Amino acid sequence: MSELDKINSIFNAKIDNVKNKEELQNIKTEFFGKNGQISQQFKYLGSLDSDKRKKFASDLNKIKSDLSNQIEQKFFEIENLEINEKLKNEKVDVTLPVRPYQQGKIHPVSQVIDEISSIFSEIGFSVAEGPDVETEYNNFTALNTPEDHPARDMHDTFYLQKDKKLLLRTHTSPVQIRAMLNGKPPFKIIVPGRTYRCDSDQTHAPMFHQLEGLHIDKDITMGHLKGCLYYFIKEFFEVKNVKMRFRPSHFPFTEPSAEVDIGYRIENGKIVIGEGEKWLEILGCGMVHPNVLKNANVNPKKYQGFAFGMGIDRLAMLKYGINDLRAFFETDYRWLSHFGFDPLDVPTNYRGLSK
Amino acid sequence: MIITIPWLKEHLKTKANEKEIIEKLTNIGLEVDGVKENSDAMGLFKIAKILKVEKHPNADKLKICDVSIGKKEILKVVCGANNAREGLITIYAPPGAIIPKSNFKLKVAKIRGVESKGMLCSESELNLSDLSEGIIELKNREKDLGKSYFKSKSDRSIDISITPNRADCLGVRGIARDLSSTGIGKLLPIKKRKFKKSAKHSIKISIKKDPNQGCLAFGSCFIKNIENKESPEWLKNKLIALGLKPISAVVDITNYVMFDLNRPLHAYDADKIDQEIIVRDSKDGEEFEALDNKKYKLKKGMCVIADKSNVLGLGGIIGGTKTSTEFDTKNILLESAYFLPSSIRKTARSLSINTDAKYRFERGIDPNSILEGLEIAADLILKICGGQVSKFLVGGKNFNKNKIIEFDTSRFENLIGIPIDINEAQKIFKSLGFECKKSKKYLKVETPSWRPDITQDVDLIEELIRIKGFNNIKSVDPEKKRESETLNFKQKLFHLSQRSLASKGFLETVTWSFTDSKIDQQFSKGEKEIQILNPISSDLNVLRRSIYSNLAIHLKKNQDRGYEDLSLFEIGPTFYGKNPGEQQIVIGALKSGKVSRKSWLEKERSFDVFDIKSDVIKTLTELGVPEQYLFVNDNTKECYHPGRSGSVLLKSEKGPQLAYFGEIHPAIIKKMDFKEPNIFGLEIFLKNVPEPSKKIRQTKKNFQASDFQKSERDFAFVIDKIFKIGLLEKIIREIDYKLIQNVKTFDVYQGENIPKDKKSVAINVILQADDKTLSEKDLDQISKKIIEVVKDKTGATIRS
Repeated sequence: MSELDKINSIFNAKIDNVKNKEELQNIKTEFFGKNGQISQQFKYLGSLDSDKRKKFASDLNKIKSDLSNQIEQKFFEIENLEINEKLKNEKVDVTLPVRPYQQGKIHPVSQVIDEISSIFSEIGFSVAEGPDVETEYNNFTALNTPEDHPARDMHDTFYLQKDKKLLLRTHTSPVQIRAMLNGKPPFKIIVPGRTYRCDSDQTHAPMFHQLEGLHIDKDITMGHLKGCLYYFIKEFFEVKNVKMRFRPSHFPFTEPSAEVDIGYRIENGKIVIGEGEKWLEILGCGMVHPNVLKNANVNPKKYQGFAFGMGIDRLAMLKYGINDLRAFFETDYRWLSHFGFDPLDVPTNYRGLSK
Repeated sequence: MIITIPWLKEHLKTKANEKEIIEKLTNIGLEVDGVKENSDAMGLFKIAKILKVEKHPNADKLKICDVSIGKKEILKVVCGANNAREGLITIYAPPGAIIPKSNFKLKVAKIRGVESKGMLCSESELNLSDLSEGIIELKNREKDLGKSYFKSKSDRSIDISITPNRADCLGVRGIARDLSSTGIGKLLPIKKRKFKKSAKHSIKISIKKDPNQGCLAFGSCFIKNIENKESPEWLKNKLIALGLKPISAVVDITNYVMFDLNRPLHAYDADKIDQEIIVRDSKDGEEFEALDNKKYKLKKGMCVIADKSNVLGLGGIIGGTKTSTEFDTKNILLESAYFLPSSIRKTARSLSINTDAKYRFERGIDPNSILEGLEIAADLILKICGGQVSKFLVGGKNFNKNKIIEFDTSRFENLIGIPIDINEAQKIFKSLGFECKKSKKYLKVETPSWRPDITQDVDLIEELIRIKGFNNIKSVDPEKKRESETLNFKQKLFHLSQRSLASKGFLETVTWSFTDSKIDQQFSKGEKEIQILNPISSDLNVLRRSIYSNLAIHLKKNQDRGYEDLSLFEIGPTFYGKNPGEQQIVIGALKSGKVSRKSWLEKERSFDVFDIKSDVIKTLTELGVPEQYLFVNDNTKECYHPGRSGSVLLKSEKGPQLAYFGEIHPAIIKKMDFKEPNIFGLEIFLKNVPEPSKKIRQTKKNFQASDFQKSERDFAFVIDKIFKIGLLEKIIREIDYKLIQNVKTFDVYQGENIPKDKKSVAINVILQADDKTLSEKDLDQISKKIIEVVKDKTGATIRS
């Protein structure tokens, strides 16, 4: 047995018994220290004949790297053991509750307005707005509803002045007038906003939200109106098909006027929109009355188009199964948390309107 | 408008059944609101007599009535009506009956400890009228005790909602005409009546040429020697099916004609008229007692029907008690007139009267139905009550010229999107009563006198498509093309703010734009209040001037429910004037309570002003204002705690006000009596958030990061107590923008070892150069400079 083999076997015997870093350090010194066994052999190397030296050097280097690798490996082994030993005492109960945080929510009306805007954005509508306080002229007269028109009875109006010249808008339609007076045709807008009627019971709130739509151009027909609303309803309720019917009605500011019903049925106590034997009225619409265009400085001989109006709160109720309109405005923490939307759920047309 | 199928069939020859008729009605714009079963359920309501009335032992306003329905059994019924008295004949609803007004099913119930078997009904509860005071009083019905009040075989009534433009459909005949145009049946002609006009029309009638004269035509006839009585069963049933209460033959007949032909009439007891009938403007202050038993004080210029001494009625709205017909009336004057819709509406609104006649006249009655109405009513009166009729007199304007519209049928296709054949158009018009003449390019369409709503070609187009069917309109798919941005900058801000606040733990709410003036005053001192003249209730009487008003009210409500750690926000308008546009969009948020309440992990602490400040700063930077542009000072509003609140302005103290934040003033908290008084708020004024002129990508600098080691130095300055640390940080930052990467205060100390008027501020400064690692020497140099500049500008010394 050569000297090197001897060293190797001594080393192997020792390293197997090493228990901690200290003992490992001792071995390291014993073999690689200044006077260590390996270091001694390197000194001995010089005294060898050149023909033997080459082989011995190669053997020695091999055993050196082999042993130091073993030491290194042993070091990691011990270190791991030590860490694992330490971790045994570091166990926490991960079933304990997380750090408290408050989850913010978006109100269903806001969420639905975002959804609606996203849908109409796809087909080229822009969002317009108008003031909550309106003139009697913009709210009624300009919309072809003169003072002695019985249709005014259908709007229970809040007034700010005795002469009734200033009021809280009863619908978003006056924004049609404002938009048309402030621009040039074509017009393609939607107007979500607050509207007011002094009426309050289980199904009526003194303030609610309406969505107005207006599309005026040279050749817009009732066919476009139908197509636009069909598209909207289908997208909004996120269904493939919707049974929809137009029913003649009357609004002073459109002619012809229609109310739109959609089919629905009740399944397991929940409303299913789109199909079924029952009809649900969801909006009013029509071709903008020539008198309205005239009042808004648009030439009715050149331009024509459609307008529609619908209740945003009601759309939200139908889509998200909310029963009570009044609760929308009562700021009950529990209700807001229950029906509110995560702020990350921004309706988009590529990711989908809703989760 | 309520109709029954048999009544409809008196005008329309059709084989269609109820379901088909209802579907057609809806398709042509006469929306069916509902169908009411009158048969079995309504048969439960019995004619009854009160035999005895006792006081309720436990309630002052209640009575216990012994009620008989003709059998031996006496029913104990608790009743609250003032007019419940011994001997009264009224209508009794037994347990199991469903009250038409409320749809409430009666049960045997204990009312204040006394058992009541059913109830006695008011007219409004039975949908007979709006009269809700007291129970129904029936006359001459003792013989009918125990009989059903509503005939059990009376017809199902169909409730049609008539839009305000369709006055002509406020009569059964008008509805029949519309239906006939759909091809479902044929409109039957009205049969001509012949009269022996043997009586003399002895009452002179004149329409005064007054400035406001609302009566354009007045037709009448005199009928003498009648015997007024209860109407025959057929007539009573008709009226009951409509929800009307039969009164007497004369009154019932006028009502019948009104609902049949949309032709309101009025019958006067001729013997009570003082000499003659004068149709004139009312004088200011004139008084008159109407058939609703109310006295009205008239204003100048209302259209009245008067005699020599009194006002007898408000023309077209309501008759008066003076000349009302009774069972003993012998001679009557029957009126059939035409009143201007605007005049009717003005008078009725100013006096708050609503009647079936007013409802019809204000929508427009066929002025050419005056004579027809008189004839049909006179005929029925003669048949039922006997007597002799005079000739029919009609005075005033002649309405025999109808409007003619020249109609180009191609307009139909332009507007609707599908073509219509000229013959088809002609057929529809004719079936609706329009006369048509074809000329080369267009149709000459003469509108019938009962359609005042038709004035121009779009009205005709609507008639055509309504009858042709909206389902025939071909849908055109929308084009997916966008030529202008969906949202403008302010709208984008609005949407972004919602998500921004919600992502900070705030719940979004939407509250009324109006509020309680008492609360609003707390938050908007010194600003002018904007009152609503007709608020829904006295605590919702002003437009909100502060976004806090409603938030505070609702925060309190939630606290009262036991939720104390709350963060709420709203984005919406606040108002600073009553003119359109005097409003701005404000983000308002309130948070109350504690952070980490009862957490095993974190130490609980109260929300403080730096929580709300973080929310403000973070939100504003998310809205696109760079943090270095946010200038914070302690100018604040009255609704905040003066020491724990501040302002955020754009760039400098002169910049536009971006926001306020801070603790809500303890006086307000106390006044509103909050359970959890630790409340902080923020207001952000969106109109002052600047719109960047360029996109971020255009203004963003190239990315450059130093590869050299950064260094840190900490300083402790002893500085005047009132000196703003925000400014101190700014001073240091400005010393060398290149070298000084960040300045951060990490401790503020007052107390031992520090003079009373001073504080110690510990500041961490991060230093880094682009071109080298800073040496000890460099660092010493800059540190020295920092200490010197700070000392120079603020008088602060370095703490040793």
